[in-house]
Amino acid sequence: MSRYEKKFVKGNEAVAMAAIEAGVECYFGYPITPQSDIPEYLSRELPKRGGTFIQAESEIGAINMVLGASAAGMRAMTSSSGPGISLKQEGISYMSGSELPCVIVDVMRQGPGLGGIDASQADYHQATKGGGHGGYRIIVLAPNSVQEMYDLTMLAFDLSDQYRIPAMVLADSVLGQMKESIVPNQRPVAELPIKDWAVRGTGGAVQNVVKSLYLGDGEMEKFHWKMHARYQELADRDSRWEEYQTADAELIVTAFGCTSRIARTAVDMARSEGFKVGLMRPVTLFPFPKKAYRELSAKCKRWLTIELSTGQMVDDVRLSVFRDADVDFYGRPPGAGSLPTPEELFARIKNNFKDLMI
Amino acid sequence: MRYDLFISGYGGQGVLLAGNLLSYGAIHEGKNVSFFPSYGVEKRGGAAMCTIVFSDGDTGSPVVGLPSVAIILNQLSWEKYASRVKQGGICLVNSSLVNMEDLVLDERELLAIPMNQISIDLGDVRMLNMVACGAYCEATGALAPESLKEALKNALPERNHRLIPANSKAIDAGVAAVSQLRKT
Repeated sequence: MSRYEKKFVKGNEAVAMAAIEAGVECYFGYPITPQSDIPEYLSRELPKRGGTFIQAESEIGAINMVLGASAAGMRAMTSSSGPGISLKQEGISYMSGSELPCVIVDVMRQGPGLGGIDASQADYHQATKGGGHGGYRIIVLAPNSVQEMYDLTMLAFDLSDQYRIPAMVLADSVLGQMKESIVPNQRPVAELPIKDWAVRGTGGAVQNVVKSLYLGDGEMEKFHWKMHARYQELADRDSRWEEYQTADAELIVTAFGCTSRIARTAVDMARSEGFKVGLMRPVTLFPFPKKAYRELSAKCKRWLTIELSTGQMVDDVRLSVFRDADVDFYGRPPGAGSLPTPEELFARIKNNFKDLMI
Repeated sequence: MRYDLFISGYGGQGVLLAGNLLSYGAIHEGKNVSFFPSYGVEKRGGAAMCTIVFSDGDTGSPVVGLPSVAIILNQLSWEKYASRVKQGGICLVNSSLVNMEDLVLDERELLAIPMNQISIDLGDVRMLNMVACGAYCEATGALAPESLKEALKNALPERNHRLIPANSKAIDAGVAAVSQLRKT
């Protein structure tokens, strides 16, 4: 059977398969539900392809191994879930300060603290606003299917190398644990910059230094403005989103990740009963596709944001749309049995048309 | 056409294997599939449930509120999920373990199949999930039993491939049970 034939796999397996297809050279991680299938798969398959797999002593150990491997110019990744991702924040901050590329996969579970193992989207703020100290951002991609778990993991490696910014695939336990039929695409051809900054040992010819310490007069300020400009360039060139039935929509539902799948079926239900409803799904959460939201809100003034939390992305939606747009929010904070059904979302959609109905 | 169903029971009854088998069967027929499991942290005895959606086109939401079909393997699942089956839908119930007296299902077809008993008669109670899968094929016409038999190769690990003939028989027994029920 060919590598690129249709397969039936878990979201977590798709991430691991994509990492291998993307040419990952090093994986460092520590087990935690609901993402342990990723290290399980890579522990078996990565060494066969000459890569390095290490189960670290802790999540902090793992992210610092990623830092080291990336500094040496390797394609490196780690994966975890809430509690482990919190531990990794120090390393992510250091990598951001050192302009080191890497891929971090966060298969969100409930929190705070140990929380539980069911789906949550309550790590949106942590992922998109710079979860560690010092004022940085990372690229955040939000898949909504097992196919996208595969495709966006590959994209994360390339974007991270292009911009020298760590990239995160922000999934959740629904996407990690569910199985879908996918086509494991071939790695896309990308023109990537040469890693001439890497510390590889050049026998004394050129000395490269990878660090996040800037003590000289004005040095740190310059670094921040440089990164600021890079984040802007990222937003201009690589903001991604998907629109569904928005052209004539009188209400636009917006959601990311697994929630957007449930929302899409709710939109179909609404359409079949004559309600003009569309769906706007951000694929990049950082950069948040602000311009696309703004343009859509010039035509459509009714919005409904749906999240598995008490409301995080809704802040970005409200900041992006025109001020005269009305943004309703429907939240289902994480917990066993808290996943909304399409029927429940449809009921909320209808509620937004109440004043238009006789 | 888009098909959706719940399979629910307790850990150890083969809920997830049944879900995988139906999924692989649907893939065998060229469909797109979404299989969403949800189960307790226990390996056996906890609640186990999965939602399967398959379609020629987009599978849509992996979360289903009101399924067209539910395969119900134990009492708790009966109480939790039977009434969620859509009007016009089908409820396939393991009558060996479920007492159905307390609930009246209007406008839904109720198929009571003694899955434990049928699989015990075939030699191993663990095949009750295969009986359930065969019953699903016959009750809905959504998948051909032959596709499931083909899919056993994918759903079972290689070390268990020697069990494929026995499991195929259990699938046939499920088909026969439903066709018998509908005749009477």
